[in-house]
Amino acid sequence: MGVTPKLGNLGVVTATVEEAVNWARTGATWPLLFGLACCAIEYMSTQASNYDLARFGMELNRASPRQADLMIVAGRATRKMAPVIRQLYDQMADPKWVIAMGDCASTGGVYNNYAVVQGVDEIIPVDVYISGCPPRPEQLIHGIMTLHEKIRGERISEWAS
Amino acid sequence: MTIAEAHDPVESIKSVFADAFKDVVLFRDETTIHVDPGQIVPILRYLRDTPGLIYNYLSDISPVDYYPDYSRPGRFSISYHLYSMLYNRRLRVKAYLPEEEPVIESVTSIWPAANWLEREAYDMMGIEFKNHPNLRRILNPIDWDGHPHRRDYPLSYETIQFSFNAEEIMQRKPFARE
Repeated sequence: MGVTPKLGNLGVVTATVEEAVNWARTGATWPLLFGLACCAIEYMSTQASNYDLARFGMELNRASPRQADLMIVAGRATRKMAPVIRQLYDQMADPKWVIAMGDCASTGGVYNNYAVVQGVDEIIPVDVYISGCPPRPEQLIHGIMTLHEKIRGERISEWAS
Repeated sequence: MTIAEAHDPVESIKSVFADAFKDVVLFRDETTIHVDPGQIVPILRYLRDTPGLIYNYLSDISPVDYYPDYSRPGRFSISYHLYSMLYNRRLRVKAYLPEEEPVIESVTSIWPAANWLEREAYDMMGIEFKNHPNLRRILNPIDWDGHPHRRDYPLSYETIQFSFNAEEIMQRKPFARE
C-alpha cells in the first residue's frame, strides 16, 4: 500500500479498493468449527498457545456456517458425511474459501475404500491443499499464509459484479 | 444362595439339543459349538439361564463370508461369542447360513445388546434377523446399496494411483466446480 503523507502528519494512507478489501479479508478469516478426524487435533493444537492462530484473527471458530469465511476440512470425509459437507459449504456466504487439511481431505489418504471420499474436492472446490498425516502446525500455518497470498491476489472484477 | 458347579457346555448341549448339535471344535483353550441355525434362540436361552452354565454376557456377534470357498455347509456363518461372568469362561456358538437365504432368528429377546450387533451384521454382511425390533443400517448411509463386508463387494471405487496411471485417473475424477 502506498503511504503518501499529505499535509504533514495527518496520516493519510492511499490504496486501491482492491488492496484494502483483500487486506481486510485476510485479517480475520473466521473458520468454521469443522474437525472431522485426527487432523482436527493438530488444528486444535495450532489454535492453542504455542502455535497461535489468534495472530491471524482466527481464534474463534464459528459454529454456524452463515458466519464463517473459511472451511478447513480437517480429516477424512466419509461418503455418509459428504452431503453434509456440501450443505455446509452451500450455507456459507461469499466470500468463502476452503482448505483441505491433511492427506485424507486432499486425496483420500491411506484410505482407498468404499467409505472414504477420495479427496474432498470431489464435493466442494478447494483453494489450498495441505499434505501431511497429520500436517504439523507449521504446515497448517504455511497453508493459511498461502491462502492469504491467494486472497491478496484476487481481482476486483471477480468479486464485484 | 449357593452357586452351582460349572457344567461342561458341550455335554449339556449334546444331551438337551441333540438334533440341533452339529459339531464341536476345540482349539487351544477355545470351545466352538456348531449348531443348526433354526434352534438358535432356545439354545442360547438355555446357555444363559441354566445354573452351571450362566453365559450371561454376549461379547460379540461375528458374521463371516466364505465366498469362493464352498466346501463349508453354507456361504455365511454367524458366531455368538459368549462369556460367563460367574465361571469366567468363554464359549463360541456358531451356525452356518446358506447363501440363498441368510436368515436367522434375532436374540435381542435374550440379550438387548444384540440389537446393534445384529444391525451391524445386517448392514455389513446382509444377514437378516427375524423379529428384530429395528433392523436397518447402522454404519453405512441408510440408502446404501449392497453389503460392504461380503467378499464379492469391490474394495474401492477408485483404482490406486501410481505414477503411471495418475494422469488418466485425474482426468476422469469428478472434481466439484462451484
